[in-house]
Amino acid sequence: MSEALIRIEKLSVRRGDMFTLSNVSLTINPREIITIVGPNGAGKSTLLRAMMGLIKQESGQVFRKPGLKIGYLPQTLTIDPVLPLTVRRFLSLGVSVNKGRRTALMEEVGVPHLIDRPMGVLSGGELRRVLLARALLRDPDLLVLDEPVQGVDVGGQVEIYDLIARLRDEHGFGVIMVSHDLHLVMSATDHVICLNQHVCCDGTPEAVQAHPEYVALFGDRVAAGLALYAHHHDHAHDAHGNIVPVGEAESHNHDHDHGDGGHHHG
Amino acid sequence: MDDFLIRALIAGVGVAFVAGPLGCFVVWRRMAYFGATLAHSALFGVALGLLLEINPTLAIVVVCVVVALILVSMQGQRQLAGDTLLGILAHAMLALGLVVSALIETVRVDLMAWLFGDILAVNNTDLIWILGGGALALLALAFIWRPLLAMTVHEELAAVEGVPVVRTRLVFMLVIAIVIAVAMKVVGVLLIVSLLIIPAAAARPFARTPETMALLAIVTGCIAVVGGLGSSMTWDIPAGPAIVLVASVMFVMGMLIRRVSTGQD
Repeated sequence: MSEALIRIEKLSVRRGDMFTLSNVSLTINPREIITIVGPNGAGKSTLLRAMMGLIKQESGQVFRKPGLKIGYLPQTLTIDPVLPLTVRRFLSLGVSVNKGRRTALMEEVGVPHLIDRPMGVLSGGELRRVLLARALLRDPDLLVLDEPVQGVDVGGQVEIYDLIARLRDEHGFGVIMVSHDLHLVMSATDHVICLNQHVCCDGTPEAVQAHPEYVALFGDRVAAGLALYAHHHDHAHDAHGNIVPVGEAESHNHDHDHGDGGHHHG
Repeated sequence: MDDFLIRALIAGVGVAFVAGPLGCFVVWRRMAYFGATLAHSALFGVALGLLLEINPTLAIVVVCVVVALILVSMQGQRQLAGDTLLGILAHAMLALGLVVSALIETVRVDLMAWLFGDILAVNNTDLIWILGGGALALLALAFIWRPLLAMTVHEELAAVEGVPVVRTRLVFMLVIAIVIAVAMKVVGVLLIVSLLIIPAAAARPFARTPETMALLAIVTGCIAVVGGLGSSMTWDIPAGPAIVLVASVMFVMGMLIRRVSTGQD
């Protein structure tokens, strides 16, 4: 096995008197998709920040592969309307951009038509795709995504997760992301870490879902989640290109999703 | 044209050239009150300069940088809201400036000139300071333009992408301090912020990119200076406030034109 992208050993982070992370260890290998799940305040975003070197740890160590290039998708990005910024200009803020490559990447994430749009008018799903394009422009070894489906409607969420998995297959980077909903990510993730200030349990999505500590944390949601998961699983397989409504009750979501779904070049 | 008027024009246009682009960042980063706090501290800089017999412009830069650093270091505190903290510091520093000015016995400080500017009294030495300081600030701003823009959009994203966040922010503070120091002579403590934010805000409806907004802000600022000085001569009104008023009128006109041309309600 090739060298790990990031290795974290016994990491603890403190905020004031409270430990927001204690004794967290994890390894991210090349081409691996890791999903961190956990309740609010579990320290998920803190863990991402610490591994990117944005905040200082209290103790423990973060080893990054020398020269590691990280593509980061923050949880929120709001552009003040007073700042005139098109998608084109936004993409040029990270690295100097080659035009052909930019066009190719915008097509890969499915939004080539947005290039001259102001950033402020993008929908949640469009913004995620543009953020993905900016991250990919750096030719990253590792993609770090903090709640990559925040502000995206339910149908679009599955598409985003599928897109991330597909991009991983094509580009070969590792992925670590934070998610609220394990059942939505399951089909697109290799390894799950259940975090609640410490690592409760980790393993394959199926193993974590059956783990007593996971059930204890998400007890109420597990049953509902399984039902939802089954539905979205069907739906994910149909989702490349046009979406076929699966259930009567869900047709509302599919309609919403159409705007994103129609522009796939997959 | 009289010499004093030519010097006033050069000084005003010189300030407008750097206030335009810098003002855009002040607006984008919502730092109007931050700028005002530094400007209020500038009077203390003037008094300190006179007291210690060093160049007032230099003293203003030093005081503004120190206040900026205090503000940045206090950003982490959670006891007081940001605007409360800025309000306290702004007025405490203004009061300190007024008190120290009053204590200086050797020189009588012309408070009105420092508070509202005295652009018609700009002499050749002032001009050198304004143009030199302005050019330096403009160069520094050009140097940090892209990293600062990236930070303005999303600071952590910029940091992950390798932007030297701390260095860029420090240079930015220094640029603000320099611009406040050189703009003091033109519009004074109480009106400096308007010279930063009004041209930038007036430019916004007509700009599609950050760079065109900066250029349009420069143009707006220059027109305001020419128009303000012209009004001052014609109607015998104070020049600094006249400049600010012309800029404000341009802002309102821009809003109206934009509304009519896009048919927005």
